[in-house]
Amino acid sequence: MESTQRTIQLLLKPGQHDGEGQRVAEAAQRHLGLTTGRVQSTALYTVRYPVTDEQLRDFATHCLQDPVLHDVALDEFRHEPTYKSYILVAKLPGVTDDEGISAQNALGDFLNQPLDTHTQHIFSKRLYFLEHELPAADLRRLAEELLGNKLINRFESGPITDIRDYTPRPGGGAESITNLVPLTNLTDSELVQLSKDNLYALNLEEMRAVRDHYVAIAPERQAAGLPADPTDCELEIIAQTWSEHCKHKEFSAVIKYKDADTGEEHEIDGLFKTYIKNATAEVDRQLRANGNDWLIKVFSDNAGAVRINPESLFVWKVETHNSPSAIDPYGGAITGILGNNRDPLATGIGGARLLFNTNVLCFGNPEFNGTLLSNQLHPRRIFEGVRKGIEDGGNKSGVPTVNGAIVFDDRYAGKPLVYCGTGAVMPMQLAGLDSWEKKIDAQDRIIMAGGRVGKDGIHGATFSSIELDETSPATAVQIGSPITQKLAMDFLVLATRRGLIKCSTDNGAGGLSSSIGELATISGGAVVELEKVPLKYPGLRPWEIFVSESQERFSLAVEPAKMDELLALGREMEVELTDIGYFTADGYLDVRFDGDSVARLNMEFLHNGVPRKVLEAEWSKPQAAEPTIEIRQDGVETHICVSPLSDQNRAVGANNLSNDQTQVCVSTTDVLTRLLGSLNICSRESVIRQYDHEVKGRTIIKPLMGATGQAPQDAAVVRFNFESWEGVAVSNGILPRFGDLDAYHMSAGAFDEAVRQIVAVGGKLPNLSYGDGNFWSVNDNFCVPDSVYDATTNPDGKLKLAKLVRMCEALRDATAAYCIPLTSGKDSMKNDFKADGVKISVPPTVLYSMTAKIEDVRYTITSDFKQADDIVYLLGETYDELGGSEFYQLFGELGANVPQVRFDKAKELYTLMGQANDQHLIQSCHDLSDGGLAVALAEATFGHGYGATVDLPEGLPVQVQLFSESHSRFVATVAPEDVVAFEQHFGSRATRLGVVTPDSQLTVRHNGQPVIAASTAVLRHEWTNGPVNRIIGFGQPAGEEAAR
Amino acid sequence: MNDQHMNDTSQKVQALILTGFGINCEEEYAAAYRLAGAEATIVHLNQVLHGHVSIHNYDILNFPGGFSFGDDLGSGVVLANKLRYRKNAEGRTLLDDIKEFVANGKFVMGICNGFQVLVKLGLLPNLSGNVTPEVTLTHNASGRYEDRWVRLKVNPKSNSPFLKGLDTMEVPVRHGEGRLIISGTDTLAHIEEQALNCLSYTDFDGSPTDVYPHNPNGADLNCAGLTDTTGQVFGLMPHPEAFLSLYNHPDWARRKRLNPGLSEEGDGLRLFLNIVEHVQSQRQTAVSPQEASQFSS
Repeated sequence: MESTQRTIQLLLKPGQHDGEGQRVAEAAQRHLGLTTGRVQSTALYTVRYPVTDEQLRDFATHCLQDPVLHDVALDEFRHEPTYKSYILVAKLPGVTDDEGISAQNALGDFLNQPLDTHTQHIFSKRLYFLEHELPAADLRRLAEELLGNKLINRFESGPITDIRDYTPRPGGGAESITNLVPLTNLTDSELVQLSKDNLYALNLEEMRAVRDHYVAIAPERQAAGLPADPTDCELEIIAQTWSEHCKHKEFSAVIKYKDADTGEEHEIDGLFKTYIKNATAEVDRQLRANGNDWLIKVFSDNAGAVRINPESLFVWKVETHNSPSAIDPYGGAITGILGNNRDPLATGIGGARLLFNTNVLCFGNPEFNGTLLSNQLHPRRIFEGVRKGIEDGGNKSGVPTVNGAIVFDDRYAGKPLVYCGTGAVMPMQLAGLDSWEKKIDAQDRIIMAGGRVGKDGIHGATFSSIELDETSPATAVQIGSPITQKLAMDFLVLATRRGLIKCSTDNGAGGLSSSIGELATISGGAVVELEKVPLKYPGLRPWEIFVSESQERFSLAVEPAKMDELLALGREMEVELTDIGYFTADGYLDVRFDGDSVARLNMEFLHNGVPRKVLEAEWSKPQAAEPTIEIRQDGVETHICVSPLSDQNRAVGANNLSNDQTQVCVSTTDVLTRLLGSLNICSRESVIRQYDHEVKGRTIIKPLMGATGQAPQDAAVVRFNFESWEGVAVSNGILPRFGDLDAYHMSAGAFDEAVRQIVAVGGKLPNLSYGDGNFWSVNDNFCVPDSVYDATTNPDGKLKLAKLVRMCEALRDATAAYCIPLTSGKDSMKNDFKADGVKISVPPTVLYSMTAKIEDVRYTITSDFKQADDIVYLLGETYDELGGSEFYQLFGELGANVPQVRFDKAKELYTLMGQANDQHLIQSCHDLSDGGLAVALAEATFGHGYGATVDLPEGLPVQVQLFSESHSRFVATVAPEDVVAFEQHFGSRATRLGVVTPDSQLTVRHNGQPVIAASTAVLRHEWTNGPVNRIIGFGQPAGEEAAR
Repeated sequence: MNDQHMNDTSQKVQALILTGFGINCEEEYAAAYRLAGAEATIVHLNQVLHGHVSIHNYDILNFPGGFSFGDDLGSGVVLANKLRYRKNAEGRTLLDDIKEFVANGKFVMGICNGFQVLVKLGLLPNLSGNVTPEVTLTHNASGRYEDRWVRLKVNPKSNSPFLKGLDTMEVPVRHGEGRLIISGTDTLAHIEEQALNCLSYTDFDGSPTDVYPHNPNGADLNCAGLTDTTGQVFGLMPHPEAFLSLYNHPDWARRKRLNPGLSEEGDGLRLFLNIVEHVQSQRQTAVSPQEASQFSS
């Protein structure tokens, strides 16, 4: 067969611009300091299907070649004579190769033959030629750091005279063997070692529980003709089911909590139960008591569901994909999005239509220039890879990415956080049944739909439940195929509407083991015939087939009578469907291969046998102090002078602000300018524009709006369809900085941030009046460092857990205060990266992702000023709360006064705003967050050429008024004719600040003195040319020849 | 009542919208035709390829945007290839049917990925008349995918009924491979002579421009859309179906404030109203007055 291997090379015709080659040359210079000279990029397709010379040539020229752009070379590696080095980038065996599969598809069409799709016949590769002769080590570095990832790609490189080809040949090796793993006589340390060696991620107590279970059931197993010892597959299933990722053991644990400052102690009966489930149950009780019965499904399915109207449900899910994104940013992010998409798709019966995506990303400083740890990827590379993964994952699925956030903090440099959210709409009834219910009866068939199974993603569930280190397994990496999933998605939408599917679930972490294991709890058991599972290539052991996390797969429960029609639809839509077993009611998960038992597990033990953890938490307030600040009037300029608390801070301040006095003094205007250009505030336009944020044609408030397309918005608004004006607002609240001062206030603040963003665009709080039907649906996502105390490996574990407890307490208080329910969520408990004896742990982080009903999207409100002479107001109150602010960050300070949420006052204000919006009194509204009032005022001018003149009231010091990040505040503008009604309505809650001006000038005065005077064009320029857009780059026409 | 209803639907202009294999703008495309008064039918491409649905029962054949087959071999390439080579049981390709469809005076439209398909197939600009690729659409000069709003000017010399009476429009572009490349001065001259370059990117003053980002991809002739010589086949990179209502526009809130009486219709809708009206008027001239009065009674 080797003799039939043929190669097609596509080269750009002379004179055609080689943008990719040029970008590689530029990036090599910029990021790696390598001078490559010119780079020529070419595409290779290796064909392992028997074709004649003529067929090969015609296929290449008619199907692959663009006659305007390309030349074709057959069975050679053609290049210009001046090139000296080459790099070949191929894929490792079994890695998703959509391009190769597409070419194969085209070959099938061209030959008019049904090509055997079970085998990969065409392999895509890239072949680069470099003008300079580079040493082997440099070529390898260029390959591994710019052109691919060694966990996914195979590279060949060297002098051009010696080009080596590589084509993956997956499979072979393992046979369908199932081994026994004796536990009976193992010592404690042997049990722990076994768990570690096999990546079970189970602790000693859990391993003992498994061992004891097997000892106890030995007679029963013997009677059934089964070995006494567990099989490898059984232990893998238990490890997956009991993984932190799937079982949330730490959120279920008993916590002994101690406040070291007061000496008080109490016990918490599980974080999830105490602070999330019970809190939502109480909210639901209040909602129902007031005629609001829209909360349909919470916590019990892949996504939460609320009722939009009598016909439809809104389904909402946000998850994280942190560990995979740390080792392969592109693959991690794309599988994160596609995987999260499958949650709403497979809620209830399944077949929801996806409406939008949202993403929140936390990265280390992309301009980091220190030394990286072993196998730690540079934050810039993680940023770019994740961004690209989101681009492809969203755009290629046709799901708009309507908003998001990016947070930078050095502590995300080991493990980034990648939060993916998806909203979807589902009819209340599907073929006459309640769409949100999952029903399965014994004898219903188990159908696997979508992609095939390979070794990719084995151990994802257990792997994400441990910290990352330099030996993290390559098999945990998966690459998504948006096109495969799009086909499966289109199929699900149709099949569920035709009543062909009883219920569905997605294959995510834990693969079939997880999806079938969970579905089987509905009927009470299942029989799985693993030999029927279609594989990408041979050579997988039974347990590998069962726990593999190969992407784009769904498990469906189908009534036997519906099978024929379902399979026919699958053939029509080219979605692979395989009958792999049936549900039972005998209480066992029974997995077989060719009739032999591979695993037979008692479902009760599997799902409820995990021992409950007992954890310790101990809180003590961090030492913190406020720096001294002095305001100096230097002629017409106002200066803010900060006395740093330590020499180190002085150095940071001096460095950030090019200032070397004992006091660091900066003019107020300069502070604003620098804030606008700072990493956490600056424009994300270069990222946003590469996401399709308006496919489906329903996005009403996009991330950037206004005549300039550069006014940032608080929440996205999307209408549900083209027949009504109903829609949904989407927001994200995340404030990790404040956690350094107090995790409670950080969590409360993040919750409030998400609420006020929705209120800013015109959303109303729920339950304000009887049966108002204003649904809210919130996902909580906790991402924390390892919070389990260990005297040697995690000495501050108790404090970390105490922070988590406090975050949960704030969540409970916030849901109760606003009567806003949680509907789903996730916790990621081991966000640490360890290498070379160093541990980088994320700061305790929580993201609240909120959605709320918008009655009529035409009356929503954007953040940008609309017209000159409109009056500018501050809504809400400012406090002396500079602690953790971006302002302090500029000076290298943390401060002490963390912003607090006054829930009662906030709720009162939000209620007033809803009423004011009913009367259309507000013309623009922007919530105050990072950078406080000054930044919000500046941003509101970015949509058009307007300016503003503002007089700050007496009272608080100018730096507090301008830069404090006190919560629950807005900048709003009001038409002159509405001023009386507006002021009467808001009373003391509104502070008149000034007026929108037709000139592009922002002027802020305090006590008659100008404190800020700046051109809004200059401010927008600073914001637009901040570090994010510089790193991702603007889309200028490729810098053209600038590189040479 | 039922009969009356039947008559109404059969009178409506019929738009067929293809989907499947990664196409993803079919819903808003259908909404555009429905808002324009036509009947829109979304079908999976395989239903047409397998002969379950005939394009000849429709007036306008539509190729929506998306990422057909993931666009892995270049935008629209695999789909175009399928239309050209894949034969049904009778040995006909879909391209054979499309040629006949156009010869029958009917209309074909492609947006974004759909436009790319029509270009890669050679249905646009089809100067030669034998449906071979003459121009191409490739990676934007910026080297990246972008979503941004642009202003278009309609070539006043265009003969396409899709664009009749239109002068300018604002629409979003959302693509990574929208740069039209016309190689060969003859091809270029013919396209210009026959005004097949029906839409161009303009700056704020309304003059065609090659300056980024007003021209988002660096297209030759600053060209955003093409028609064939008959004007019946029309394709464009930007998304008119994404501007059906005022509230799609990034500056809607300010514009509405300035002019509370502003129409709630988006620029993109006008294009669909145009073609639907055109097909209707064609029918009216085709139908004898007697028959017409039968329907209206």
